[in-house]
Amino acid sequence: MQDEPTPIELTKSVADFLRNDIAPLISGHQAFKLRVAINILDLVTRQLTREEGSDAAEVARLRALLGVDGSVADLNRALAERIAKGEVDLATPGLAEHLWATTMDKLAVDQPNYASYKRELGRGG
Amino acid sequence: MIETELSRSVQRWCKGATGVTGAAKLSGGASQETWRFDITHPDGAIGAILRRSPKGYGAAPTRAAGLAAEVQLMQLAFEAGVPSPRVLHVLVPEDDLGTGFIMQRVEGETIARKILRDEEYAAARPRLARQIGGILAGLHRLPRDRLPELRSRGATEEIAELDRDYRSLNWPKPVFELALRWLRDHDPGPSGETTLVHGDFRNGNLIIGADGVRAVLDWELAHLGDPMEDLGWVCVNSWRFGEIDKPVGGFGTREDLFAGYEAAGRKVDPARVKFWEVMGSLRWGIMCGGMMQRFREGPDHSMERAMIGRRASETEIDLLRLLAPRGS
Repeated sequence: MQDEPTPIELTKSVADFLRNDIAPLISGHQAFKLRVAINILDLVTRQLTREEGSDAAEVARLRALLGVDGSVADLNRALAERIAKGEVDLATPGLAEHLWATTMDKLAVDQPNYASYKRELGRGG
Repeated sequence: MIETELSRSVQRWCKGATGVTGAAKLSGGASQETWRFDITHPDGAIGAILRRSPKGYGAAPTRAAGLAAEVQLMQLAFEAGVPSPRVLHVLVPEDDLGTGFIMQRVEGETIARKILRDEEYAAARPRLARQIGGILAGLHRLPRDRLPELRSRGATEEIAELDRDYRSLNWPKPVFELALRWLRDHDPGPSGETTLVHGDFRNGNLIIGADGVRAVLDWELAHLGDPMEDLGWVCVNSWRFGEIDKPVGGFGTREDLFAGYEAAGRKVDPARVKFWEVMGSLRWGIMCGGMMQRFREGPDHSMERAMIGRRASETEIDLLRLLAPRGS
C-alpha cells in the first residue's frame, strides 16, 4: 500500500500548476510544448482514474468471449489471434459489443474531444 | 548560410535576379527540407520554395517516389492544368545545395483548421469537394508514357504491406485485426485501369485560398495504382478535423466529390472508394503505432511523438464506425 496523496492527486496538482501558473508566462514553441505536456498529464490522470474499472470490465468480457482467463494484455493478444485466424468475427455474438465498449473506454482516456467519440457517446450505446 | 548558395544559384538561371532574401526553413526531416525565400528581382520580388535533400543524404525511404520523380510530376501536372506550383529550377551540382528543386511559392493556407473555420474561406468551402473531384480526375488522366519511374501497387500488395507493418509493431489490436480481415475479404483485386495515384491527397497537402484549391503539394508518395485510392484517402475521417459529417476533408460530401470527378469525364466506383477509405484509416492507425515505436526506441524521444501513439484509438473508433456501425 503506497501512501497518500494518490497518483491521481499528484499528476493533477502538477497539471494545474503548469496550466495556471506557468502557461501564462510562456510563448512560442515552448508554449506549444508546454500544452502537449499538460495534455499528457491530463491523459495520465484520466487513465489512472478510469483504468481499474475499465480493465476489469474488459477482462470480464474477454473471458466470456474466449472462454479462457489471463491478463488484459494476454487476452487481447488471444482475441487478436482468433480474429486473424477467422475463428471469431463480427457474426460472433458479443464481439462487436465488446470492441465498441473497449474502444469507447480508450477514447474516454485518449481523446474525449474526438468528434466520432462524442457522436457515439450521444447515442448512449 | 543557405542564402549565399541560393543567391549564387538564382543569378545563374533567373534572368535579372540579383540575390535572395528572407530564407527560412519551413519543415525538415532527416532526408528532406523545405525552405521559403524571396528572389530579388528588378520587376519585384519572386516568392520561391526550395525542396531538397541536403548534401550527404542519399536515397529517400523506399515508399517515397524521390525528389526527381516529384519534380517531374509537378511539371506534368502544371502543364495539364492541375493546380500546382510552377517549377523554376532543378538543382544541379554547381548549386551546392544538395538534390532537389526550386518552385514558385503559391500563397494560401494549408492549415486545415483555419480552412474549415475561418470566414475567409466560407465562400470556397461548399465548392471544394466538387473542385477536388475535378482535380483528381485531371491528375489520374496524366499520360502514363510521360510519367517518371514509379513503384506500382494495388490493393492486394497494399494489404500485405500493412499486415507486415502492423505485425512488426507487435501491438495486438483486435480492431486492427478485424480491419485487416475485412480488407482481405473485400479486396477488389487489380483495378480496371492503372493510373498515377498521388498517394497523399488530403487536407493539409492542398494550398487553399478564398477562390478554392490553388496547388496540390507533396507528391512524395505518388505511385501507379487504383485511381480510387486517392478518392478514398481524401475521405478518411482523420482529415476531417471534427467535421465528421463532411467526408471530403471536412469540406463536403462524397456525392459532390464524385460529381466533380465524373463531370471531368471519369468514372467512380463507390465500393472501391470505401475499400480505400477503410485501408486509409487503418494505415494512419498503424502509422501512429510506428511513431510510438520510434519514440520508444529513440532517437526522437519527443512528447509529440509519444502522444501520436495515443491517436491510434481514434482510428479504431473510425474503423468500427465503418465496419460495425451501431444502430442509429
